[in-house]
Amino acid sequence: MRRGIKAQKDGTYRVELPAEERDVLASLPGQLREALDAGEPTLYRLFPPAHADDDAANEEYAHLVGPALVDGKLRALAELERTARAKRLDEEELGAWLGALESLRLALGTQLDVTEESYGPLDPTAPDAPRLALYHWLSWLQEEVVQAMSETVERRGAPD
Amino acid sequence: MSQVVEAPVEAPRRSTEDDPVEDRPWVVIVWNDPINLMSYVTLVLQQLFGYSRARATKLMLQVHNEGKAVVSSGTREKSELDVSRLHAHGLWATMQQD
Repeated sequence: MRRGIKAQKDGTYRVELPAEERDVLASLPGQLREALDAGEPTLYRLFPPAHADDDAANEEYAHLVGPALVDGKLRALAELERTARAKRLDEEELGAWLGALESLRLALGTQLDVTEESYGPLDPTAPDAPRLALYHWLSWLQEEVVQAMSETVERRGAPD
Repeated sequence: MSQVVEAPVEAPRRSTEDDPVEDRPWVVIVWNDPINLMSYVTLVLQQLFGYSRARATKLMLQVHNEGKAVVSSGTREKSELDVSRLHAHGLWATMQQD
């Protein structure tokens, strides 16, 4: 069986990942939660402004929507933490993986200051190499989730 | 597809009847960023707005190639909801009056 995530005929998803990768996956939500609790400034990318140039409206938006946004991201992280070692996921669980991987990549990608050029071959001697490797692995895994979920969306048929 | 307005518009005053500014629709813009995967942006646009794969892909490519794309439009309230759903999915989205 190929490493990755595969949509099954019964609507569930099969997850093939080595144990050590699952350990990494299980450890990451706690780290991001700590960063969120600490209010780290690099997390701004997880909570963008709604208006390009209206501070008052942004303040109102953050007040209205901010708590629910934080809550949704925390719930997805908790779900990933809970299911990191599962062989099979249902659609809701995989949706939580997708959301949690998104938050993890946004946080790490912002810290690493990634650009469109960061997706080339990894320079193993670069000081950031270990964290860049983690970022690339998260990107690969998120792509796996996206492909598996897209298959489901296509099978269901979308309107135009 | 709608053209994105180039200049930032003035922030509108809220809920003043007979104010023509209030009648102009709001547009929701998704901006390009180096982190979000192209396939992910396409999937989110399909899931949130019910767009077909073809339509969602076209919008995603517009974001990628031109830096931004209008993905929805409507009242201020609807646009705010759309922006918050996009933010919940990690996309860089803003709203402005067209």
